[in-house]
Amino acid sequence: MSKYSIFTIARNALSHHKNWPRQWRSPEPQKEYDVIIVGGGGHGLATAYYLAKEHGLTNVAVLEKGWLGGGNTARNTTIVRSNYLWDESAAIYEKSLQLWEGLSQDINYNVMLSQRGVLNLAHSLSDVREGVRRVNANRLNGVDAEWLDAEGVKEFCPIINISNKARHPVLGATLQRRGGVARHDSVAWGFARAADACGVDIIQNCEVTGIRREGSKVVGVETTKGFIGAKKVGLVAAGHSSTLAAMADVRLPIDSHPLQALVSEPIKPVIDCVVMSGAVHVYVSQSDKGELVMGAGIDAFNSYGQRGSFQVIEHQLGACLELFPIFSRVRMMRSWGGIVDTCPDASPIIGKTPVEGLYINAGWGTGGFKATPGSGWCFAHTLANENPHPLNAPFSLERFTTGALIDEHGAAGVAH
Amino acid sequence: MLLIPCPWCGDRHETEFRYGGEAHIARPEKPADLSDTEWGDFLFMRTNTKGVFAERWYHSHGCRQWFNVLRHTVSHEILAVYKMGEKRPQLKKTEANS
Repeated sequence: MSKYSIFTIARNALSHHKNWPRQWRSPEPQKEYDVIIVGGGGHGLATAYYLAKEHGLTNVAVLEKGWLGGGNTARNTTIVRSNYLWDESAAIYEKSLQLWEGLSQDINYNVMLSQRGVLNLAHSLSDVREGVRRVNANRLNGVDAEWLDAEGVKEFCPIINISNKARHPVLGATLQRRGGVARHDSVAWGFARAADACGVDIIQNCEVTGIRREGSKVVGVETTKGFIGAKKVGLVAAGHSSTLAAMADVRLPIDSHPLQALVSEPIKPVIDCVVMSGAVHVYVSQSDKGELVMGAGIDAFNSYGQRGSFQVIEHQLGACLELFPIFSRVRMMRSWGGIVDTCPDASPIIGKTPVEGLYINAGWGTGGFKATPGSGWCFAHTLANENPHPLNAPFSLERFTTGALIDEHGAAGVAH
Repeated sequence: MLLIPCPWCGDRHETEFRYGGEAHIARPEKPADLSDTEWGDFLFMRTNTKGVFAERWYHSHGCRQWFNVLRHTVSHEILAVYKMGEKRPQLKKTEANS
C-alpha cells in the first residue's frame, strides 16, 4: 500500500494523477480462511481491519454480495455521536467515537470527521426531563454533554425557530460537541484499503447462499463463487441478518424496515451543526457540498425493498419546516431507502450464536453508522478470542432469554 | 404508500392503518410451563421473511378491525387478505414467487 501524504499527491500531480495504484486488490477466493466476514459494509470491513491490526489474524476474507459500502454504509445520514443513556451503550458508542477521533491517521485515509456538535431537541416537559437526565448520565460515563435552554439553542444554531407559538416549541436541547458527521464512503473505502494492506481478501460480487455445518460446528459458506471453508464465520450483513442467520437455523429478534433519507439541492452554508428532534421527528445537517441531509422515521412495515413510502417523507419535511421555516423554498433532490434491522430494545447484537464458530454482529437499527469503528473493534475481539470483550458482552443474543435488555429507544433518535 | 384492501371497508390508504407485525404468533396456553428460551422466542424472535410474509394490520382510522395480510416484503405486493383466526391461505406457485 502506498501511503497517502502531501508528497504522494505532489508526485502524482506530475503525472496528472493517472498513476495512482488501486486501493485494494480483487482476489479470487482461497479454499479456506481462518475467518470469513459476511458483509462488506463499514462494520464488516472494520472488523477485518481490526482482526489484522489488533489480533494479527490476516487469513481473513470479507465476502460482499454487491460492491463495497453499497448498502447501509452509503445510505445513512452520516451522524456520529455517543450520547446514549445506559452505561453499556455509552461505553461502546464512546469507544467508537474515540476510534473515530483518530481514524483518519490510523488508516491513512481522510474520513472527513467533522465534530461540529449534535443537538437533540426537547419539545415538552418530559423531553426536557429526559434530556437533562441523559446529560447527567452521559457525564457520569465520561461522555461530553451539555444542556442548553431555548436561547442557548438559538445561539448555537441561529436559523432554528424557537418561537413559543410553534405547535411543538423548542424548550431546550442536549448538546454533544464532540459529535458530528463523517464521510460515509470514505469509511468503507479507508477500512477496505487498510485491511487489504494487511493481507485481508476482499471479495466482491460474492453472495453467501448457505452456511455449511458439520455437527454443530460451522465449516464454511456456500457462495455464488462456490464453497469457501472457514474456521469461524462472522455475519455482519445489516438488512439481511435474519435471512443469513436462518441459513444456520438461528432465529433473531429482528424486524427489517426501510429507513429513508433525502438531500436537498446544494445551498450556501447555513447550518454548521447536526440538529435532531425525536418529537417532531427529523434530523438535519449540511454536507460539505452544501446539500441539506435529512432523515426521520422508519416505515412501519417489514421490508427488504430498499425504498420507503411517500407519507414518511411528507411527515419529516413538515417537521423540518416547523424547526427551520427558512428552508421552505429549498427543493429536495434525491431520496433513498436502506434496510435497517431493528431489535426490540433498539440495541445491537454482537457476539456468539448457538452454532459453534458462527458469530453475529447485527441489529444496529437506525444508528449503526456512528458505531462502525467500535463495532468492528469489539467484533474482531470476539472473533479472535472466541469470547466477547467486556464492551460488547452485554449485547449478547442471550439477553433476549435472560431479559437483560438495554432499552435505548430514547437515545436511538428514530422511533421504532 | 400501500393500498390495503381492508376486508370490511375495501381499498384504503396505508395511513389509515397501523401495523401489527408478524401474524400467527399465538400466546402460549400455559405460560408458566415455558422455559426461558421458549418464552424469549415467543416474545422476541421473529421470522422476518424475505418474500411472502404473513402480517397483521389494524384499520385504526376506519372500522377498527384487525386482519391478516400476505404481502411480499421485496415487491410490497399484497397477495391475500384474510380475517383473524383464519388459516394462512395457500398461494398459487406463480404468486408466491412474484
